[in-house]
Amino acid sequence: MSAAAVNPNIVPLDQIPGLLLPALGDTALMVGITMVIVVLFGVPIGALVHNTGRGGLYENRALHLASGWIVSLGRSLPFLILMAAIIPFTRLITGTNIGIPAAVVPMSIAGIAFFSRIVENALRSVPAEYTTIARAAGASRLQVIRTAQLAEAIPSLVGGLTINTIAMIEYSAIAGTIGAGGIGYVAVTYGYQRFDTRVMLATIVLLVVLVALVQLTGDRIARRLTPRLRFLQGAGTRSTSPAQTPSPVSLPAAPSS
Amino acid sequence: MIRIDQLTKAYEHAGSRTVVLDSLDFEVGRGEIAAVVGRSGAGKSTLAQCVTLLELPTSGSVIVDGVDLTASSERDLRTARRAIGTIFQSDGLFSRRTAAENVALPLEFLGVTPAESRARVAELLERVGLGDKARHYPHQLSGGQRQRVGVARALALRPRVLLSDEATSGLDPESTQSILGLLRELRDDLDLSILLITHEMEAVREIADTVARLEAGRFTERGRVVDLLQDQSSQLGADLQPQRASAAAADGQVALLATYGSPDVPADWLARVSAELGEPVGLLGAAVEVVDGTTVGTVTVGVPASHADAARDALARLGIQTRRDADPLPLLNDDEIETAA
Repeated sequence: MSAAAVNPNIVPLDQIPGLLLPALGDTALMVGITMVIVVLFGVPIGALVHNTGRGGLYENRALHLASGWIVSLGRSLPFLILMAAIIPFTRLITGTNIGIPAAVVPMSIAGIAFFSRIVENALRSVPAEYTTIARAAGASRLQVIRTAQLAEAIPSLVGGLTINTIAMIEYSAIAGTIGAGGIGYVAVTYGYQRFDTRVMLATIVLLVVLVALVQLTGDRIARRLTPRLRFLQGAGTRSTSPAQTPSPVSLPAAPSS
Repeated sequence: MIRIDQLTKAYEHAGSRTVVLDSLDFEVGRGEIAAVVGRSGAGKSTLAQCVTLLELPTSGSVIVDGVDLTASSERDLRTARRAIGTIFQSDGLFSRRTAAENVALPLEFLGVTPAESRARVAELLERVGLGDKARHYPHQLSGGQRQRVGVARALALRPRVLLSDEATSGLDPESTQSILGLLRELRDDLDLSILLITHEMEAVREIADTVARLEAGRFTERGRVVDLLQDQSSQLGADLQPQRASAAAADGQVALLATYGSPDVPADWLARVSAELGEPVGLLGAAVEVVDGTTVGTVTVGVPASHADAARDALARLGIQTRRDADPLPLLNDDEIETAA
Protein backbone atom coordinates (compact mmCIF):
# COMPACT_ATOMS: atom_id res chain seq x y z
CA MET A 1 0.00 0.00 0.00
CA SER A 2 1.36 3.36 -1.00
CA ALA A 3 -0.14 5.15 1.97
CA ALA A 4 1.83 2.94 4.36
CA ALA A 5 5.01 3.80 2.56
CA VAL A 6 4.50 7.55 2.96
CA ASN A 7 3.18 7.48 6.52
CA PRO A 8 5.05 5.34 9.06
CA ASN A 9 2.31 5.80 11.70
CA ILE A 10 -0.32 4.09 9.63
CA VAL A 11 -2.14 1.17 11.25
CA PRO A 12 -1.80 -2.09 9.29
CA LEU A 13 -5.11 -3.38 7.94
CA ASP A 14 -5.13 -6.48 10.13
CA GLN A 15 -4.79 -4.39 13.27
CA ILE A 16 -7.76 -2.14 12.57
CA PRO A 17 -10.35 -4.53 14.12
CA GLY A 18 -8.19 -4.84 17.22
CA LEU A 19 -8.19 -1.08 17.47
CA LEU A 20 -11.87 -0.52 16.76
CA LEU A 21 -13.49 -3.31 18.78
CA PRO A 22 -12.34 -2.10 22.22
CA ALA A 23 -13.23 1.43 21.10
CA LEU A 24 -16.71 0.22 20.21
CA GLY A 25 -16.94 -1.32 23.68
CA ASP A 26 -15.96 1.99 25.26
CA THR A 27 -18.55 3.84 23.22
CA ALA A 28 -21.23 1.34 24.18
CA LEU A 29 -20.26 1.67 27.84
CA MET A 30 -20.33 5.47 27.77
CA VAL A 31 -23.62 5.65 25.91
CA GLY A 32 -25.14 2.83 28.00
CA ILE A 33 -24.33 4.41 31.37
CA THR A 34 -25.43 7.80 30.09
CA MET A 35 -28.75 6.52 28.79
CA VAL A 36 -29.60 4.85 32.11
CA ILE A 37 -28.99 8.14 33.89
CA VAL A 38 -30.87 10.03 31.17
CA VAL A 39 -34.00 7.88 31.54
CA LEU A 40 -33.88 7.96 35.35
CA PHE A 41 -33.82 11.76 35.40
CA GLY A 42 -35.38 12.70 32.06
CA VAL A 43 -38.71 10.91 32.59
CA PRO A 44 -39.56 12.57 35.92
CA ILE A 45 -38.34 15.97 34.73
CA GLY A 46 -40.31 15.71 31.48
CA ALA A 47 -43.42 14.63 33.40
CA LEU A 48 -42.90 17.53 35.82
CA VAL A 49 -42.60 20.10 33.04
CA HIS A 50 -45.70 18.67 31.37
CA ASN A 51 -47.86 18.46 34.49
CA THR A 52 -46.96 21.85 35.92
CA GLY A 53 -48.21 23.42 32.68
CA ARG A 54 -51.73 24.74 32.06
CA GLY A 55 -54.38 22.19 32.93
CA GLY A 56 -51.71 19.83 34.27
CA LEU A 57 -52.06 17.69 37.37
CA TYR A 58 -49.80 19.97 39.40
CA GLU A 59 -50.50 23.23 37.59
CA ASN A 60 -47.89 25.70 38.83
CA ARG A 61 -46.81 28.50 36.58
CA ALA A 62 -43.62 29.39 38.41
CA LEU A 63 -42.39 25.81 38.60
CA HIS A 64 -43.35 25.21 34.97
CA LEU A 65 -41.42 28.21 33.75
CA ALA A 66 -38.41 27.48 35.96
CA SER A 67 -38.14 23.83 34.96
CA GLY A 68 -38.72 24.72 31.32
CA TRP A 69 -35.96 27.30 31.42
CA ILE A 70 -33.46 24.95 33.02
CA VAL A 71 -34.17 22.33 30.40
CA SER A 72 -33.86 24.89 27.62
CA LEU A 73 -30.57 26.08 29.04
CA GLY A 74 -29.20 22.55 28.91
CA ARG A 75 -30.48 22.18 25.36
CA SER A 76 -29.08 25.43 24.05
CA LEU A 77 -25.36 24.95 24.74
CA PRO A 78 -23.33 23.21 22.05
CA PHE A 79 -22.01 20.00 23.58
CA LEU A 80 -18.33 20.91 23.25
CA ILE A 81 -18.91 24.15 25.17
CA LEU A 82 -21.12 22.48 27.78
CA MET A 83 -18.41 19.87 28.30
CA ALA A 84 -15.74 22.51 28.88
CA ALA A 85 -17.98 24.75 30.96
CA ILE A 86 -18.89 22.12 33.55
CA ILE A 87 -15.38 20.71 34.07
CA PRO A 88 -15.33 21.86 37.74
CA PHE A 89 -18.65 20.08 38.33
CA THR A 90 -17.41 16.97 36.51
CA ARG A 91 -14.27 16.94 38.64
CA LEU A 92 -16.37 17.37 41.78
CA ILE A 93 -18.41 14.31 40.95
CA THR A 94 -15.89 11.98 39.37
CA GLY A 95 -12.61 13.37 40.68
CA THR A 96 -11.19 13.54 37.17
CA ASN A 97 -11.67 15.46 33.97
CA ILE A 98 -10.52 12.82 31.52
CA GLY A 99 -11.67 9.35 30.59
CA ILE A 100 -15.06 7.66 30.47
CA PRO A 101 -16.35 8.83 33.86
CA ALA A 102 -15.54 12.41 32.93
CA ALA A 103 -17.40 12.04 29.64
CA VAL A 104 -20.49 10.53 31.20
CA VAL A 105 -21.19 13.64 33.31
CA PRO A 106 -21.58 16.21 30.49
CA MET A 107 -23.21 13.59 28.25
CA SER A 108 -25.80 12.89 30.96
CA ILE A 109 -26.54 16.56 31.49
CA ALA A 110 -27.01 17.20 27.77
CA GLY A 111 -28.96 13.96 27.41
CA ILE A 112 -31.29 14.65 30.35
CA ALA A 113 -32.17 18.06 28.93
CA PHE A 114 -32.77 16.50 25.53
CA PHE A 115 -34.86 13.63 26.84
CA SER A 116 -36.90 15.82 29.19
CA ARG A 117 -38.18 17.70 26.16
CA ILE A 118 -38.85 14.47 24.31
CA VAL A 119 -40.84 13.14 27.28
CA GLU A 120 -42.77 16.40 27.60
CA ASN A 121 -43.57 16.30 23.91
CA ALA A 122 -44.62 12.65 24.02
CA LEU A 123 -46.92 13.30 26.99
CA ARG A 124 -48.48 16.24 25.22
CA SER A 125 -49.48 14.01 22.33
CA VAL A 126 -51.39 11.63 24.63
CA PRO A 127 -55.10 12.60 24.60
CA ALA A 128 -55.77 14.81 27.63
CA GLU A 129 -59.05 12.98 28.21
CA TYR A 130 -57.09 9.92 29.38
CA THR A 131 -56.02 11.97 32.39
CA THR A 132 -59.63 12.99 33.06
CA ILE A 133 -60.79 9.41 32.73
CA ALA A 134 -58.14 8.07 35.09
CA ARG A 135 -58.96 10.74 37.66
CA ALA A 136 -62.67 9.98 37.40
CA ALA A 137 -61.82 6.31 37.95
CA GLY A 138 -60.20 7.22 41.26
CA ALA A 139 -56.52 7.35 40.31
CA SER A 140 -54.00 9.22 42.42
CA ARG A 141 -51.91 11.74 40.55
CA LEU A 142 -48.92 9.43 40.37
CA GLN A 143 -51.18 6.66 39.07
CA VAL A 144 -52.49 9.04 36.44
CA ILE A 145 -48.95 9.89 35.29
CA ARG A 146 -47.98 6.25 35.19
CA THR A 147 -51.03 4.70 33.52
CA ALA A 148 -52.77 7.49 31.61
CA GLN A 149 -49.71 9.40 30.48
CA LEU A 150 -46.43 7.47 30.43
CA ALA A 151 -47.87 4.06 29.60
CA GLU A 152 -49.86 5.46 26.70
CA ALA A 153 -46.84 7.41 25.45
CA ILE A 154 -44.51 4.41 25.45
CA PRO A 155 -44.24 4.04 21.67
CA SER A 156 -43.28 7.68 21.21
CA LEU A 157 -41.01 7.50 24.26
CA VAL A 158 -39.19 4.59 22.65
CA GLY A 159 -38.94 6.61 19.45
CA GLY A 160 -37.49 9.49 21.46
CA LEU A 161 -35.13 7.17 23.28
CA THR A 162 -33.82 6.03 19.90
CA ILE A 163 -33.14 9.58 18.76
CA ASN A 164 -31.55 10.32 22.11
CA THR A 165 -29.28 7.27 21.97
CA ILE A 166 -28.07 8.30 18.53
CA ALA A 167 -27.38 11.81 19.77
CA MET A 168 -25.40 10.32 22.65
CA ILE A 169 -23.31 8.23 20.24
CA GLU A 170 -22.51 11.47 18.49
CA TYR A 171 -21.68 13.21 21.79
CA SER A 172 -19.49 10.29 22.82
CA ALA A 173 -17.41 10.90 19.70
CA ILE A 174 -17.01 14.54 20.74
CA ALA A 175 -16.18 13.44 24.26
CA GLY A 176 -13.51 11.25 22.69
CA THR A 177 -11.47 14.38 22.12
CA ILE A 178 -11.03 14.79 25.90
CA GLY A 179 -9.58 11.34 26.04
CA ALA A 180 -12.71 9.44 26.94
CA GLY A 181 -11.87 6.67 24.49
CA GLY A 182 -14.42 5.19 22.18
CA ILE A 183 -14.80 5.36 18.45
CA GLY A 184 -14.54 9.14 18.40
CA TYR A 185 -11.20 9.00 20.12
CA VAL A 186 -9.88 6.54 17.54
CA ALA A 187 -11.20 8.68 14.70
CA VAL A 188 -9.51 11.80 16.06
CA THR A 189 -6.15 10.38 17.16
CA TYR A 190 -5.56 7.87 14.35
CA GLY A 191 -7.70 9.13 11.50
CA TYR A 192 -7.36 12.86 11.92
CA GLN A 193 -4.09 13.51 13.72
CA ARG A 194 -2.10 10.75 11.94
CA PHE A 195 -3.78 11.18 8.56
CA ASP A 196 -4.74 7.49 8.54
CA THR A 197 -7.49 7.51 5.95
CA ARG A 198 -8.25 3.81 6.35
CA VAL A 199 -8.88 4.10 10.08
CA MET A 200 -10.95 7.19 9.42
CA LEU A 201 -13.06 5.34 6.87
CA ALA A 202 -13.41 2.35 9.17
CA THR A 203 -14.67 4.52 12.04
CA ILE A 204 -17.12 6.23 9.71
CA VAL A 205 -18.49 2.91 8.48
CA LEU A 206 -18.71 1.64 12.05
CA LEU A 207 -20.59 4.74 13.22
CA VAL A 208 -22.99 4.62 10.28
CA VAL A 209 -23.72 0.95 10.90
CA LEU A 210 -24.11 1.50 14.63
CA VAL A 211 -26.53 4.38 14.20
CA ALA A 212 -28.52 2.49 11.57
CA LEU A 213 -28.77 -0.52 13.89
CA VAL A 214 -29.94 1.58 16.82
CA GLN A 215 -32.56 3.28 14.64
CA LEU A 216 -33.79 0.00 13.19
CA THR A 217 -34.05 -1.63 16.60
CA GLY A 218 -35.81 1.41 18.06
CA ASP A 219 -38.35 1.50 15.24
CA ARG A 220 -39.04 -2.18 15.61
CA ILE A 221 -39.57 -1.99 19.35
CA ALA A 222 -41.80 1.07 19.03
CA ARG A 223 -43.93 -0.71 16.46
CA ARG A 224 -44.22 -3.81 18.61
CA LEU A 225 -45.39 -1.68 21.49
CA THR A 226 -48.17 -0.08 19.44
CA PRO A 227 -51.12 -2.52 19.28
CA ARG A 228 -52.52 -0.92 16.12
CA LEU A 229 -49.26 -1.24 14.20
CA ARG A 230 -48.37 -4.62 15.63
CA PHE A 231 -51.43 -6.14 14.01
CA LEU A 232 -50.86 -4.43 10.69
CA GLN A 233 -47.46 -6.10 10.45
CA GLY A 234 -46.91 -9.31 8.52
CA ALA A 235 -49.38 -11.74 9.99
CA GLY A 236 -47.12 -14.77 9.69
CA THR A 237 -44.24 -13.55 11.83
CA ARG A 238 -46.20 -12.68 14.93
CA SER A 239 -48.83 -15.09 16.00
CA THR A 240 -49.15 -14.09 19.63
CA SER A 241 -51.89 -11.52 19.02
CA PRO A 242 -55.41 -12.58 19.98
CA ALA A 243 -56.82 -11.49 16.66
CA GLN A 244 -54.86 -10.72 13.54
CA THR A 245 -57.53 -8.76 11.78
CA PRO A 246 -59.67 -6.03 13.23
CA SER A 247 -63.13 -7.35 13.83
CA PRO A 248 -65.66 -6.05 11.32
CA VAL A 249 -67.56 -3.01 12.45
CA SER A 250 -70.75 -4.61 13.53
CA LEU A 251 -73.21 -4.17 16.27
CA PRO A 252 -72.65 -6.42 19.25
CA ALA A 253 -75.50 -8.75 19.93
CA ALA A 254 -77.63 -7.31 22.68
CA PRO A 255 -77.07 -9.31 25.84
CA SER A 256 -80.08 -11.43 26.53
CA SER A 257 -81.83 -10.15 29.58
CA MET B 1 -79.58 8.14 44.94
CA ILE B 2 -77.77 11.32 44.03
CA ARG B 3 -78.75 14.81 45.10
CA ILE B 4 -77.27 18.08 43.92
CA ASP B 5 -77.80 20.86 46.38
CA GLN B 6 -77.45 24.53 45.43
CA LEU B 7 -74.59 23.69 43.11
CA THR B 8 -72.81 26.80 41.90
CA LYS B 9 -69.70 27.03 39.79
CA ALA B 10 -68.14 30.39 39.03
CA TYR B 11 -64.83 31.30 37.50
CA GLU B 12 -62.95 34.40 38.47
CA HIS B 13 -60.86 35.84 35.73
CA ALA B 14 -59.14 39.21 35.69
CA GLY B 15 -61.53 40.60 38.28
CA SER B 16 -64.68 39.51 36.46
CA ARG B 17 -66.82 36.65 37.67
CA THR B 18 -68.49 34.25 35.28
CA VAL B 19 -71.20 32.08 36.75
CA VAL B 20 -71.40 28.84 34.77
CA LEU B 21 -73.76 26.96 37.07
CA ASP B 22 -76.18 28.94 39.18
CA SER B 23 -77.59 27.31 42.34
CA LEU B 24 -78.73 24.09 40.72
CA ASP B 25 -80.86 21.64 42.65
CA PHE B 26 -81.89 18.25 41.53
CA GLU B 27 -82.25 14.69 42.56
CA VAL B 28 -82.04 11.37 40.79
CA GLY B 29 -83.83 8.70 42.77
CA ARG B 30 -82.75 5.08 42.98
CA GLY B 31 -83.59 3.26 39.79
CA GLU B 32 -84.36 6.50 38.03
CA ILE B 33 -82.93 7.92 34.83
CA ALA B 34 -82.75 11.69 34.76
CA ALA B 35 -81.68 13.67 31.75
CA VAL B 36 -80.18 17.13 31.54
CA VAL B 37 -80.41 18.66 28.10
CA GLY B 38 -79.07 21.91 26.76
CA ARG B 39 -77.19 23.54 23.95
CA SER B 40 -73.43 23.54 23.96
CA GLY B 41 -72.23 26.28 26.25
CA ALA B 42 -75.20 25.91 28.57
CA GLY B 43 -72.95 24.45 31.27
CA LYS B 44 -73.62 20.75 30.68
CA SER B 45 -70.00 19.65 30.69
CA THR B 46 -69.20 21.80 33.73
CA LEU B 47 -72.15 20.19 35.47
CA ALA B 48 -70.76 16.75 34.58
CA GLN B 49 -67.34 17.68 35.90
CA CYS B 50 -68.78 19.04 39.13
CA VAL B 51 -70.92 15.96 39.69
CA THR B 52 -67.89 13.71 39.25
CA LEU B 53 -65.84 16.14 41.34
CA LEU B 54 -63.22 16.59 38.68
CA GLU B 55 -64.03 20.26 39.17
CA LEU B 56 -64.81 21.46 42.65
CA PRO B 57 -68.06 23.40 42.88
CA THR B 58 -67.71 26.98 44.09
CA SER B 59 -70.51 26.25 46.52
CA GLY B 60 -73.19 23.65 47.07
CA SER B 61 -72.84 19.93 47.44
CA VAL B 62 -73.08 16.59 45.69
CA ILE B 63 -74.70 13.98 47.92
CA VAL B 64 -74.71 10.27 47.07
CA ASP B 65 -76.80 7.99 49.28
CA GLY B 66 -76.79 10.60 52.03
CA VAL B 67 -73.02 11.15 51.99
CA ASP B 68 -71.76 14.57 51.04
CA LEU B 69 -68.93 14.01 48.55
CA THR B 70 -67.78 17.59 48.31
CA ALA B 71 -64.68 17.07 50.39
CA SER B 72 -61.55 19.12 50.27
CA SER B 73 -58.51 16.86 50.38
CA GLU B 74 -57.28 15.16 47.23
CA ARG B 75 -57.44 11.79 48.97
CA ASP B 76 -61.05 12.26 50.03
CA LEU B 77 -61.98 13.41 46.55
CA ARG B 78 -60.43 10.29 45.06
CA THR B 79 -62.59 8.14 47.34
CA ALA B 80 -65.62 10.27 46.52
CA ARG B 81 -65.13 9.94 42.77
CA ARG B 82 -65.35 6.16 43.12
CA ALA B 83 -68.99 6.46 44.19
CA ILE B 84 -69.93 7.66 40.72
CA GLY B 85 -69.19 5.79 37.50
CA THR B 86 -68.72 7.94 34.43
CA ILE B 87 -69.24 7.09 30.79
CA PHE B 88 -67.55 9.62 28.56
CA GLN B 89 -68.48 10.98 25.17
CA SER B 90 -65.61 9.43 23.35
CA ASP B 91 -65.28 5.98 24.86
CA GLY B 92 -61.84 7.06 26.10
CA LEU B 93 -60.37 3.59 26.07
CA PHE B 94 -56.62 3.51 26.52
CA SER B 95 -55.23 2.48 23.15
CA ARG B 96 -52.44 0.28 24.50
CA ARG B 97 -54.70 -1.74 26.78
CA THR B 98 -57.03 -4.54 25.82
CA ALA B 99 -60.74 -4.33 26.60
CA ALA B 100 -60.16 -6.33 29.79
CA GLU B 101 -57.21 -4.19 30.85
CA ASN B 102 -59.27 -1.07 30.29
CA VAL B 103 -62.10 -2.35 32.44
CA ALA B 104 -59.55 -3.29 35.09
CA LEU B 105 -58.20 0.29 35.39
CA PRO B 106 -60.37 1.49 38.28
CA LEU B 107 -59.68 -1.77 40.13
CA GLU B 108 -55.97 -1.32 39.55
CA PHE B 109 -56.11 2.21 40.95
CA LEU B 110 -57.92 0.92 44.00
CA GLY B 111 -55.30 -1.78 44.54
CA VAL B 112 -57.49 -4.83 44.01
CA THR B 113 -55.53 -8.08 43.73
CA PRO B 114 -55.01 -9.32 40.16
CA ALA B 115 -57.00 -12.52 40.74
CA GLU B 116 -59.97 -10.67 42.15
CA SER B 117 -59.71 -8.08 39.41
CA ARG B 118 -59.70 -10.74 36.67
CA ALA B 119 -62.88 -12.30 37.99
CA ARG B 120 -64.66 -8.97 38.26
CA VAL B 121 -63.53 -7.87 34.78
CA ALA B 122 -64.78 -11.10 33.20
CA GLU B 123 -68.12 -10.64 34.93
CA LEU B 124 -68.38 -7.01 33.76
CA LEU B 125 -67.52 -7.77 30.15
CA GLU B 126 -70.06 -10.57 30.21
CA ARG B 127 -72.58 -8.10 31.62
CA VAL B 128 -72.17 -5.72 28.68
CA GLY B 129 -72.23 -8.58 26.17
CA LEU B 130 -68.54 -8.57 25.28
CA GLY B 131 -67.35 -11.67 27.11
CA ASP B 132 -65.58 -12.87 23.98
CA LYS B 133 -63.77 -9.60 23.28
CA ALA B 134 -61.68 -9.40 26.46
CA ARG B 135 -58.35 -9.58 24.66
CA HIS B 136 -59.26 -7.22 21.83
CA TYR B 137 -57.63 -3.82 21.63
CA PRO B 138 -59.86 -0.75 21.21
CA HIS B 139 -59.03 -0.39 17.51
CA GLN B 140 -60.35 -3.90 16.93
CA LEU B 141 -63.78 -3.00 18.30
CA SER B 142 -66.64 -1.06 16.73
CA GLY B 143 -67.74 2.28 18.18
CA GLY B 144 -70.67 0.69 19.96
CA GLN B 145 -68.52 -2.10 21.38
CA ARG B 146 -65.94 0.40 22.62
CA GLN B 147 -68.64 2.35 24.40
CA ARG B 148 -69.84 -0.90 25.99
CA VAL B 149 -66.34 -1.41 27.34
CA GLY B 150 -66.57 2.16 28.65
CA VAL B 151 -69.81 1.24 30.42
CA ALA B 152 -68.19 -1.85 31.93
CA ARG B 153 -65.29 0.26 33.17
CA ALA B 154 -67.70 2.78 34.73
CA LEU B 155 -69.35 -0.09 36.62
CA ALA B 156 -66.11 -1.66 37.86
CA LEU B 157 -66.26 -0.22 41.37
CA ARG B 158 -69.98 -0.97 41.82
CA PRO B 159 -71.06 2.68 41.88
CA ARG B 160 -74.60 3.61 42.96
CA VAL B 161 -74.70 6.38 40.40
CA LEU B 162 -73.84 6.36 36.73
CA LEU B 163 -73.14 9.57 34.86
CA SER B 164 -73.42 9.41 31.12
CA ASP B 165 -71.71 12.46 29.67
CA GLU B 166 -72.89 12.59 26.04
CA ALA B 167 -72.12 8.89 25.90
CA THR B 168 -74.06 8.27 22.70
CA SER B 169 -73.20 11.49 20.89
CA GLY B 170 -70.56 10.07 18.61
CA LEU B 171 -72.37 6.85 17.79
CA ASP B 172 -74.44 5.74 14.84
CA PRO B 173 -78.20 5.28 15.47
CA GLU B 174 -77.97 1.51 15.92
CA SER B 175 -75.12 1.69 18.43
CA THR B 176 -76.93 4.51 20.23
CA GLN B 177 -79.99 2.29 20.56
CA SER B 178 -77.91 -0.58 21.90
CA ILE B 179 -76.10 1.59 24.47
CA LEU B 180 -79.37 3.17 25.62
CA GLY B 181 -80.87 -0.29 25.90
CA LEU B 182 -77.91 -1.38 27.98
CA LEU B 183 -78.28 1.61 30.30
CA ARG B 184 -81.95 0.82 30.83
CA GLU B 185 -81.12 -2.79 31.58
CA LEU B 186 -78.46 -1.79 34.09
CA ARG B 187 -80.88 0.56 35.77
CA ASP B 188 -83.44 -2.22 36.06
CA ASP B 189 -80.98 -4.89 37.22
CA LEU B 190 -78.70 -2.90 39.49
CA ASP B 191 -81.16 -0.24 40.64
CA LEU B 192 -78.73 2.47 39.56
CA SER B 193 -79.43 6.16 39.50
CA ILE B 194 -78.45 7.34 36.05
CA LEU B 195 -77.78 10.93 35.14
CA LEU B 196 -77.87 11.40 31.40
CA ILE B 197 -76.24 14.55 30.10
CA THR B 198 -77.05 14.88 26.44
CA HIS B 199 -78.25 17.07 23.62
CA GLU B 200 -80.09 14.22 21.90
CA MET B 201 -83.83 14.42 22.47
CA GLU B 202 -84.28 10.91 21.07
CA ALA B 203 -82.15 9.52 23.88
CA VAL B 204 -84.21 11.41 26.45
CA ARG B 205 -87.48 10.13 24.97
CA GLU B 206 -86.05 6.66 24.77
CA ILE B 207 -84.93 6.07 28.35
CA ALA B 208 -85.25 9.08 30.65
CA ASP B 209 -87.90 9.34 33.37
CA THR B 210 -87.33 13.01 34.02
CA VAL B 211 -85.68 15.76 32.07
CA ALA B 212 -84.42 19.24 32.85
CA ARG B 213 -83.26 21.87 30.42
CA LEU B 214 -80.10 23.71 31.35
CA GLU B 215 -79.79 27.18 29.91
CA ALA B 216 -77.06 29.63 30.85
CA GLY B 217 -76.37 27.73 34.06
CA ARG B 218 -79.95 27.45 35.26
CA PHE B 219 -82.72 24.91 34.87
CA THR B 220 -85.36 26.69 32.83
CA GLU B 221 -87.80 23.82 32.54
CA ARG B 222 -88.04 20.40 34.09
CA GLY B 223 -90.49 17.62 34.66
CA ARG B 224 -91.38 14.03 33.90
CA VAL B 225 -90.86 13.23 30.23
CA VAL B 226 -94.40 11.88 29.76
CA ASP B 227 -95.94 14.93 31.40
CA LEU B 228 -93.92 17.35 29.30
CA LEU B 229 -94.85 15.55 26.11
CA GLN B 230 -98.53 15.98 26.94
CA ASP B 231 -98.19 19.57 28.08
CA GLN B 232 -99.01 21.66 25.05
CA SER B 233 -97.70 24.82 26.65
CA SER B 234 -94.25 23.40 27.28
CA GLN B 235 -91.44 24.37 24.91
CA LEU B 236 -89.30 21.53 26.23
CA GLY B 237 -92.22 19.19 25.60
CA ALA B 238 -92.43 20.49 22.04
CA ASP B 239 -88.71 19.98 21.53
CA LEU B 240 -89.03 16.48 22.87
CA GLN B 241 -91.68 15.58 20.32
CA PRO B 242 -90.37 13.29 17.63
CA GLN B 243 -89.93 15.23 14.42
CA ARG B 244 -89.72 14.01 10.87
CA ALA B 245 -89.61 15.77 7.56
CA SER B 246 -92.89 15.73 5.68
CA ALA B 247 -94.07 16.00 2.09
CA ALA B 248 -95.54 19.21 0.71
CA ALA B 249 -99.30 19.68 0.62
CA ALA B 250 -101.07 19.11 -2.70
CA ASP B 251 -102.59 22.03 -4.64
CA GLY B 252 -105.61 23.42 -2.89
CA GLN B 253 -104.59 21.83 0.38
CA VAL B 254 -102.87 23.24 3.42
CA ALA B 255 -100.58 21.36 5.79
CA LEU B 256 -101.45 21.27 9.46
CA LEU B 257 -98.90 20.30 12.07
CA ALA B 258 -100.69 18.32 14.72
CA THR B 259 -99.16 17.10 17.96
CA TYR B 260 -100.61 14.85 20.60
CA GLY B 261 -99.45 12.97 23.61
CA SER B 262 -102.47 12.00 25.61
CA PRO B 263 -103.89 8.52 26.18
CA ASP B 264 -107.33 10.01 25.39
CA VAL B 265 -106.60 10.55 21.70
CA PRO B 266 -108.30 7.73 19.78
CA ALA B 267 -105.99 5.67 17.60
CA ASP B 268 -108.24 6.20 14.57
CA TRP B 269 -108.31 10.00 14.87
CA LEU B 270 -107.27 10.52 11.26
CA ALA B 271 -110.24 8.57 9.91
CA ARG B 272 -112.57 10.32 12.35
CA VAL B 273 -111.49 13.79 11.27
CA SER B 274 -111.79 12.78 7.65
CA ALA B 275 -115.32 11.48 8.24
CA GLU B 276 -116.32 14.56 10.15
CA LEU B 277 -115.11 16.90 7.42
CA GLY B 278 -116.54 14.80 4.67
CA GLU B 279 -113.27 15.42 2.86
CA PRO B 280 -110.21 13.23 2.51
CA VAL B 281 -107.38 14.10 4.90
CA GLY B 282 -103.92 13.37 3.54
CA LEU B 283 -101.02 12.14 5.63
CA LEU B 284 -97.87 14.10 4.76
CA GLY B 285 -95.54 13.11 7.54
CA ALA B 286 -95.70 11.38 10.88
CA ALA B 287 -93.52 10.50 13.81
CA VAL B 288 -95.36 8.47 16.39
CA GLU B 289 -93.68 6.84 19.35
CA VAL B 290 -94.64 5.24 22.62
CA VAL B 291 -93.07 6.86 25.67
CA ASP B 292 -93.80 5.17 28.98
CA GLY B 293 -96.91 3.56 27.56
CA THR B 294 -98.32 6.76 26.10
CA THR B 295 -98.51 7.32 22.37
CA VAL B 296 -96.97 10.63 21.39
CA GLY B 297 -96.81 11.98 17.89
CA THR B 298 -96.09 14.84 15.59
CA VAL B 299 -98.14 14.44 12.46
CA THR B 300 -98.46 16.64 9.40
CA VAL B 301 -101.81 16.30 7.63
CA GLY B 302 -103.00 17.90 4.40
CA VAL B 303 -106.58 19.22 4.38
CA PRO B 304 -108.46 21.20 1.73
CA ALA B 305 -107.74 24.88 2.27
CA SER B 306 -111.46 25.62 2.51
CA HIS B 307 -111.80 23.21 5.41
CA ALA B 308 -108.73 24.23 7.38
CA ASP B 309 -110.61 25.86 10.25
CA ALA B 310 -113.08 23.03 10.50
CA ALA B 311 -110.23 20.55 10.54
CA ARG B 312 -108.52 22.40 13.36
CA ASP B 313 -111.73 22.38 15.37
CA ALA B 314 -112.28 18.70 14.72
CA LEU B 315 -108.73 17.89 15.76
CA ALA B 316 -109.02 19.99 18.89
CA ARG B 317 -112.15 18.10 19.90
CA LEU B 318 -110.17 14.87 19.71
CA GLY B 319 -107.46 16.32 21.94
CA ILE B 320 -105.02 17.08 19.17
CA GLN B 321 -103.38 20.47 19.00
CA THR B 322 -102.38 22.21 15.84
CA ARG B 323 -99.54 24.31 17.01
CA ARG B 324 -98.58 27.87 16.31
CA ASP B 325 -95.08 27.78 17.71
CA ALA B 326 -93.89 24.56 16.13
CA ASP B 327 -90.71 24.77 14.10
CA PRO B 328 -91.35 24.43 10.40
CA LEU B 329 -90.29 21.02 9.28
CA PRO B 330 -87.49 20.85 6.75
CA LEU B 331 -89.46 19.79 3.69
CA LEU B 332 -92.08 22.48 4.10
CA ASN B 333 -91.93 26.16 3.36
CA ASP B 334 -92.91 28.43 6.18
CA ASP B 335 -96.07 29.63 4.46
CA GLU B 336 -97.32 26.12 3.93
CA ILE B 337 -97.70 25.54 7.62
CA GLU B 338 -101.03 26.71 8.89
CA THR B 339 -100.88 27.75 12.47
CA ALA B 340 -103.82 27.61 14.80
CA ALA B 341 -104.90 30.57 16.81
